[in-house]
Amino acid sequence: MPQQNQPTLAERGMAWGLQAINMLASSDLLDRLGVRGTAEKILFTGSRQSVRAAGAAGRAFQATTRLTAAQRQPRASRPRELFDITPTEEQQMLTESVRDFALARIRPIAREADQQLAAPPELLAQANELGVAIVGVPEALGGVVEERSAVTAVLLAEALAQGDLGIAVAALAPAGVATALSLWGDADQQATYLPAFVSDNPPAAAVAVSEPQPLFDPLRLATTATRTADGYTLSGVKSLVPRAAEDELFIIAADLDGQGPALFIVESKTPGLSVSPEPAMGLRAAATGRVILEDVRVPAGALLGDGDPDVYRELIALGRLGWSALAVGTGQAVLDYVTTYVNERVAFGEPISNRQAVAFKVADIAIELDAIRLVTYRAAGLVDAGEDFSKEVALARTLTAKYGMQIGSDGVQLLGGHGYTKEHPVERWYRDLRAAGLIEGVLVL
Amino acid sequence: MPISLEVPKKFGALVYQANQAAEHVFRPNSRKYDRAEHEYPKELDALAALLDGIAAGDPGAIGGAGATAGSNGSVSGAAPKDPNAIKNGGNLASVLAVTEMSWGDVGLLLTMPRQGLGQAAIAAVATPEQLERFGGRWAAMAITEPEAGSDSAAIRTTATFDEEAGEYVINGEKIYVTSGDRAELIVVWATLDRSKGRGAIKSFVVERDNPGLHLDRLEEKLGCKASDTANFSLVDCRVPKENLLGSPEIQTAREGFSGVMKTFDNTRPLVAAMSIGVAKAALQRARELFTDAGLEIDYDAPLHAQSAAAAEFIELEAEWEAARLLALRAAWMADNKKPNTVEASMSKAKAGRVATDICLRLVKLAGAVGYAEEELLEKWARDVKILDIFEGTQQIQQLVVARNLLHKSSADLK
Repeated sequence: MPQQNQPTLAERGMAWGLQAINMLASSDLLDRLGVRGTAEKILFTGSRQSVRAAGAAGRAFQATTRLTAAQRQPRASRPRELFDITPTEEQQMLTESVRDFALARIRPIAREADQQLAAPPELLAQANELGVAIVGVPEALGGVVEERSAVTAVLLAEALAQGDLGIAVAALAPAGVATALSLWGDADQQATYLPAFVSDNPPAAAVAVSEPQPLFDPLRLATTATRTADGYTLSGVKSLVPRAAEDELFIIAADLDGQGPALFIVESKTPGLSVSPEPAMGLRAAATGRVILEDVRVPAGALLGDGDPDVYRELIALGRLGWSALAVGTGQAVLDYVTTYVNERVAFGEPISNRQAVAFKVADIAIELDAIRLVTYRAAGLVDAGEDFSKEVALARTLTAKYGMQIGSDGVQLLGGHGYTKEHPVERWYRDLRAAGLIEGVLVL
Repeated sequence: MPISLEVPKKFGALVYQANQAAEHVFRPNSRKYDRAEHEYPKELDALAALLDGIAAGDPGAIGGAGATAGSNGSVSGAAPKDPNAIKNGGNLASVLAVTEMSWGDVGLLLTMPRQGLGQAAIAAVATPEQLERFGGRWAAMAITEPEAGSDSAAIRTTATFDEEAGEYVINGEKIYVTSGDRAELIVVWATLDRSKGRGAIKSFVVERDNPGLHLDRLEEKLGCKASDTANFSLVDCRVPKENLLGSPEIQTAREGFSGVMKTFDNTRPLVAAMSIGVAKAALQRARELFTDAGLEIDYDAPLHAQSAAAAEFIELEAEWEAARLLALRAAWMADNKKPNTVEASMSKAKAGRVATDICLRLVKLAGAVGYAEEELLEKWARDVKILDIFEGTQQIQQLVVARNLLHKSSADLK
């Protein structure tokens, strides 16, 4: 924790919390009610929320081999001969294995991860073994996929989120950094950072764009970057950053000298950078936190993509594309779950699915889910074709915010009171789907 | 081939032709026939002749509402010899062409000579001999009755076989027959035996000048006024037995009726395409009006960081895009012989409801300019409503989707 003369708000909060703990713990009320264990657990979680810590110690990122030039994946574009919604064989194989993993391994532990505010490390390691985090890395730098394909990334994100959205975010956040470095990093940046992502022990990392501002607009950032003689100085707060406490590397969006947003590569151990837990309505398995930057000094080589405004807009669009893909996966989980439930649930002497009011809601979930899916696929196809995709992404984003949430809400509604409890996953999907049309950055497909 | 949801360049000429016809023939006459309901749009005869010529040269070309549905005219991929190769064929072409034509004027499209929905029914079940006699003629479709709308299995019109004459004698009442007065042929749904249910329902081709076919009246409607909607009585209406489409056998309820319903898998994406075309016209014109009025739209900025009008406009565009891609998917599946009952209904449900919503909200945003007859926005908002009703209402589409997803019979999920 940084040494300061004045206690920070977080420290004040913690001091107050300690007084409260003392009062509570010394009372025999807890024992009489028989809830001491529960109270202590709540206090534990509460204290985690107010603890602010330095960023993860992190590894030393060093270029072991120099690159003469930045490496890029060739784009998977083809002449536009046919309208076709069939994935390639490679995409089908990748997607199937990831979906199997999501349903067999992720789904069963999703509730636990949501409650523990963390995804199990071994599960994330297994997801890495499937290659989900490095599909955007050029083969020359250790990647596993020959061509740059946003469609492939969309299909993988969708498949993962069918298991759990929060865990999918935890698994894909480092991929966002790896893909950003692959797309826009220069030779030095790639040589310094990418080898770690393709190693056996890839770092946690995240693209941090969102800020704790109501009506947040990623084109008008409160986080600032000031050019100095030997680099940049960053100040500001980033919000809802996945795995903030263990992240070793960030890509931070900041307004550069009042000229508009730019992206900076920042290592977690850089002085002035601290993190604090920021648990939210959902995405709890992604262990979201704030990243606080107080006069964080980074070298000139930290600027990503030469500060090109087009690079920033592209990153924002590819992030929204990713959130739409996740919403499609979780929306599919909702549809599958409620389809079974309404057929089995009996009321008034017959399955509730015999009623139009119930059955039509299921039909509408299916229709709106496919609507988000097709618009998302089209946007990804445009990315791969090298055409302008900003409008199509905006349309996918709009549908995701509206219908992704509608699907989440209807999922709970169709289960009635049962849907409101943790006995069923629909309440978690409800919380997670709210994030999909709201958060900026993190994912870069 | 990778996933691509773009319209292939190969269809560029087709879309251009349809757009030109819509712009130069439909649009200039759009308001005229909205005001002169029941007057025959004679300008269409020349256009119809042109389309016949194009269609003769390429069965997958233009084609209006149904005439080429299910056509095998196809544009295939890199390996046309491979039977498993993905095709973009007549269904996709029809959706694209119908969208463009409806962008011009959907009422005029509905009354295009020789493009009636009746040809879709003929194409679906006719024998080669019947195709020879009826193919290419202007055929209307008569299903709905005063007491049987969405529940088309409940029709009361009867067809009794007169063995001596070798004719069927049809009696009953049919309403909402699009182009019923203008068409040369009317495909009439009637039952051979009301006690035998759906399997006894057959379609019969009746010549418009049949003396047993009486025009009761032409409807006065909310919109689509260029397209006539006729009500008929059939009184001892005699047709040769060769005019029964398909097999005269009374089939088990399911297979017989499902054959008839299959027609809808091809026509529903086309009605979705009509919705998409009308809404496209409204979005395009509204954007021009709003831009002149100073509206700025930024697709990179969040909706909440823009004006309410800009945010609403983007939302309407998103709905439109969703409907369009759902329709293209349903047509693409039909072209590739994938069963598409669910997807066809999804596309019509989505397109019908969002197109109506889009047109009505654009009238609201445009205010007095949108509401007055000076612009076509108010007309499109009236025209579009029927598209969420005919060829299966919104609720029927939801029923089709729900029954399939939930594996429900029509007895379980009524």
